[in-house]
Amino acid sequence: MTAPFPSHKQEEWRYADLEALRPVWEQFAGPVTVTVAPGESLEEVWLPSGDDVQLRRVQIALERGSSARIFVLNAAPVYGRIELEVSLAEGAELKLFGANIGTGLSTNEIVTNVKHAAPNGRSLQVVRSVLGGKATGSFIGKIEVAHGAQKTDAEQSVKAMLLDRGATANAKPELEIFADDVKCAHGASVGELDPVQLFYAESRGLDPAGARALLLEGFIARLWDSAQQPDAISEAARKALRTVVQ
Amino acid sequence: MLTITNLHASVDDKPILNGVSLEVPKGEVHAIMGPNGSGKSTLAYVLAGRPGYEVTEGSVRFTPSFPGEGRGPVQNEMSDAEASHRRDAPILGPGLRRGTEALDLLSMEPHERAAAGLFLGFQYPVEIPGVSSLQFLRESFNAQRRARGEAELSGGEFIRLAREQAALLGMDAEMLKRPVNVGFSGGEKKRAEMVQMGIMDPKFAILDETDSGLDIDALKAVGEGINRIMRRPDKGVLLITHYQRLLDYVEPHRVHVLQGGRIVRSGGPELAKELEREGYAEAAA
Repeated sequence: MTAPFPSHKQEEWRYADLEALRPVWEQFAGPVTVTVAPGESLEEVWLPSGDDVQLRRVQIALERGSSARIFVLNAAPVYGRIELEVSLAEGAELKLFGANIGTGLSTNEIVTNVKHAAPNGRSLQVVRSVLGGKATGSFIGKIEVAHGAQKTDAEQSVKAMLLDRGATANAKPELEIFADDVKCAHGASVGELDPVQLFYAESRGLDPAGARALLLEGFIARLWDSAQQPDAISEAARKALRTVVQ
Repeated sequence: MLTITNLHASVDDKPILNGVSLEVPKGEVHAIMGPNGSGKSTLAYVLAGRPGYEVTEGSVRFTPSFPGEGRGPVQNEMSDAEASHRRDAPILGPGLRRGTEALDLLSMEPHERAAAGLFLGFQYPVEIPGVSSLQFLRESFNAQRRARGEAELSGGEFIRLAREQAALLGMDAEMLKRPVNVGFSGGEKKRAEMVQMGIMDPKFAILDETDSGLDIDALKAVGEGINRIMRRPDKGVLLITHYQRLLDYVEPHRVHVLQGGRIVRSGGPELAKELEREGYAEAAA
């Protein structure tokens, strides 16, 4: 059974490319559900499939003291959407490191809902977007801290780099906090490549596209630092950046 | 080797260089001295092709000599009209560098100038977070080699070259693994510029106040580095400095005084000492 077709009026779909989604909607079933048992840890690396439209919907239940580390590269040529809903039991930990890389008319978005249901949970979400042409890259990150989920530590860091005038970045944190002893931090910034850095790189022999790609690699470099197998996603990201700077 | 003729340049429509003419022959080190605001750094940036530094008049001829080994066929010397279209060429044609061909420097992109053998040592070396020096330099170095039609160095070969150059400048090779210039002190950045120069092994170096921010030991190391890397019969150096002290280690063949965007006086190494004694106002009078 697939869910009813979404609408832009729904907050979590407000930036979506519904036109691109409609013809393929029926192919996408409901979310994949994963449970991480108490004390266990999960590491996932999600790479782009290469399809024009890519939708990944995942629900993760983190049981007491468990942890998950998710690394995701979202770089669909037309529409890419990563939807992640995570519930954290006591002392659970979530780390999400994601990149939206897009060019042309593409839309890529990462939409999360992190539910701190019990005390001492920690979540860190780091999202970097690199957008050229008329591409759109978005992050909608909802954090719910339940009544009684004291000592929750939730952090979002969202940065976007716009390479062309027509590119768009959206960063939307949503916090619903019903506990009084919690730490919830979020920061967002949008910028462009530094012309002085570009000149420095070009003065050493890199052509303009190569210089831009290298600086952008630097911009997203730290995302994959804590992955056990960072090679595949680093390489895929490097490839995606090369197409964006052309 | 580098011939600057009647060079005028503006930044934000404000004229900074007002007719600089200067010739640095192969095998020579020339120093440019001058007070703050005289146009020294502007000259360096114009020669390296920094965007926003607009040349309004004049020309710069650059004649690097490359051995020509492993290159493509020699092409005929370009006329000026052809040279002015060089900008459209996607990459430099292999073989263009062979022999002693005069290049119209101002028609070339910054990366093409680098591939032709020009190196700018920055007064304020730029930090690039997230990119290690090794990666930055390997990619730059190999981009230059590709543009010249030369074989690229493998990762291992490049690391050996980089380590060797770092050691020669007294820099800990571990620093090469850190992001480009990030967290380096002023002196470390200048030393790192010289390590970059040693790796790139350019034909002509423009060194913009490479001596500023250096303590005595670092000054000596940097001076020795310049002599070791650049004091060769087929190379040239333009040393931009405020002070005599670097010139104690790197003795110039000629010293030029830049003031108000023009060379107002030129002389031998003794001119630098005179400037140090009497100041720019006296010396230029």
